[in-house]
Amino acid sequence: MTALATRPTRPGAQRIRQMSGQVGWGLLAWVLAIAFFLPVLWMVITAFKPESAAETWPPKFAFSPTLAEFRLVFSGWGPYATHSAVATIGSTILVLLLGVPAAYALSVHPVGHWRDGLFFFISTKMLPIVAAIGPLYVIALKAHLLDSIWLLIILYTAMNLPLAIWMIRSFMLEVPSELLEAARLDGAGRIREMTGVILPVISPGLVSTALICVIFAWNELFLALNLTVTNAATMPMFLISSVPQEGLYIAHLSAAATVASVPVILVGWIAQRSLVRGLAMGAIK
Amino acid sequence: MAVVETGAAPPSTVQIRPHQASRSERWQRRLPLLPALIYTVIVTQVPFLVTLWYSFQSYFWNTPAPAHFTGVSNYKTVFTNPEFRSALVRSVLMTVTAVILAMLLGVAFAVLLDRKFLGQGVVRTLIITPFLVMPAAAAPIWAGPMLDPNFGLLNYLLQPFGVHHVAWLSTHALGSVIVVMVWQWTPFMTLIVLAGLQSQPPEILEAAKVDGAGALATFRELTMPHLRPYIELGILLGSIYLVNVFDAVRLMTNGGPGTATTNLPFYLFTQVNNAFDIGGAAATGVVTVILTIIVATFALRMFARVFQFEEASR
Repeated sequence: MTALATRPTRPGAQRIRQMSGQVGWGLLAWVLAIAFFLPVLWMVITAFKPESAAETWPPKFAFSPTLAEFRLVFSGWGPYATHSAVATIGSTILVLLLGVPAAYALSVHPVGHWRDGLFFFISTKMLPIVAAIGPLYVIALKAHLLDSIWLLIILYTAMNLPLAIWMIRSFMLEVPSELLEAARLDGAGRIREMTGVILPVISPGLVSTALICVIFAWNELFLALNLTVTNAATMPMFLISSVPQEGLYIAHLSAAATVASVPVILVGWIAQRSLVRGLAMGAIK
Repeated sequence: MAVVETGAAPPSTVQIRPHQASRSERWQRRLPLLPALIYTVIVTQVPFLVTLWYSFQSYFWNTPAPAHFTGVSNYKTVFTNPEFRSALVRSVLMTVTAVILAMLLGVAFAVLLDRKFLGQGVVRTLIITPFLVMPAAAAPIWAGPMLDPNFGLLNYLLQPFGVHHVAWLSTHALGSVIVVMVWQWTPFMTLIVLAGLQSQPPEILEAAKVDGAGALATFRELTMPHLRPYIELGILLGSIYLVNVFDAVRLMTNGGPGTATTNLPFYLFTQVNNAFDIGGAAATGVVTVILTIIVATFALRMFARVFQFEEASR
């Protein structure tokens, strides 16, 4: 309070200082963001280079762009992209089908030990899946699930379910209790309470949750690499297989990496608010 | 705090006497939980039980001999094997460094993004992108076009600072892998911290300003305590995912040079894929899980604090 009294500043000068400060912070943010984005930008630029221009010193910034590498990539990516799409969408649907009721049982009408339940789900994320990879292989082999897309769907569901339950639960806690009360007074049962009140209210949250599941499932490599060969090989596997042992390959690699990453990047950009909200609300509840 | 306004708790009418709820009521509550619970138990716990079983067996892929019981010999190997110990230490080092750096950068970015400036939306878009890039794509892009000693962009950009054709992946392998981990996870931390910043009630900040508190003091005294649960949560989630980092190691350095970047996931991978040692890998896995449980117990305590926070603010 005293500080204000002892520091008489002309309002005009202060505003100018404030504005230039704002511009400065904005500039800093821009510089950092561009530096952060640079590897992605460089990947896309390199993807349009002819192989001979991709591995030069100094790096070439001016070149005649070509779609040759993209053409090559698109000639081979079909099955991989299909497997990835099926595993991603399939596991995300299964996560929502299992996760919504579970989150309901942990929030709206909580079971007796809801906290233990929630901890159990979270704790499964802490068990390193890599530790069980050998036995997983053996189990998959014996169950005739090796190199099958079903195996990936099953495992990706288990991988994403804990985080999803946690997020969906936090969205359900946001449902105003008056709405639930009103529905109950109208004689709505649990099913109608769910479909009529809760689901419409939390649907944006479900979109956020699905988005996070899609990102993790689409980008997963370790399980796919160890448990699939050809019949269920996914996009990350395509990327690995597109790196030849010798010769120039950087432009080709960049094109493949761009093609593999772009679907999730685009989805993430479009649904950015949803992503932010998902992590935000899921964060603390 | 945002949680205050939004704390729509489970309706109090059903919570008053949970112990006297009838049998059918209890089952009605449990029923929706069961599918997910059974699914998770089967898919995540059964493989670990099988892992436990195999850890007492001698079982090699590449020999036709069937698995047979060998007692604790696999465990003896694990504990006497210096490779396991160094992979363990490296895993801890990589995770801790990456999580801390990502969180520091995340806080900085979040503070910047919390201000209004021209093109804020675009800047946020650019900053979250590394989180969206497929790790299996990011790793070779960093290893090749970015870090290559002969044509990498980084060496070119660092040239004015006296850096000449550094072979990052041979001379600074561990650092390079950590940089990529940080690069991919900073956006995640940024988003969580940003959520925390934006849930701060503006009246309180306004009041601090009126009281003549400086920006730094306000940040230290008001914002940091408010952010704490968000930061703890970011650290927790980041650790869960980063301790399992495999793609960057496999695709940038293949664990090398030598074993300079071999973390536990990669070590286990080589044990199964190169040494064909299912029993040995299983024993390593069991030890890893036990260590994880010890760490997780502490982590869960942190979770418990986050939950207490949630309830206290209701």
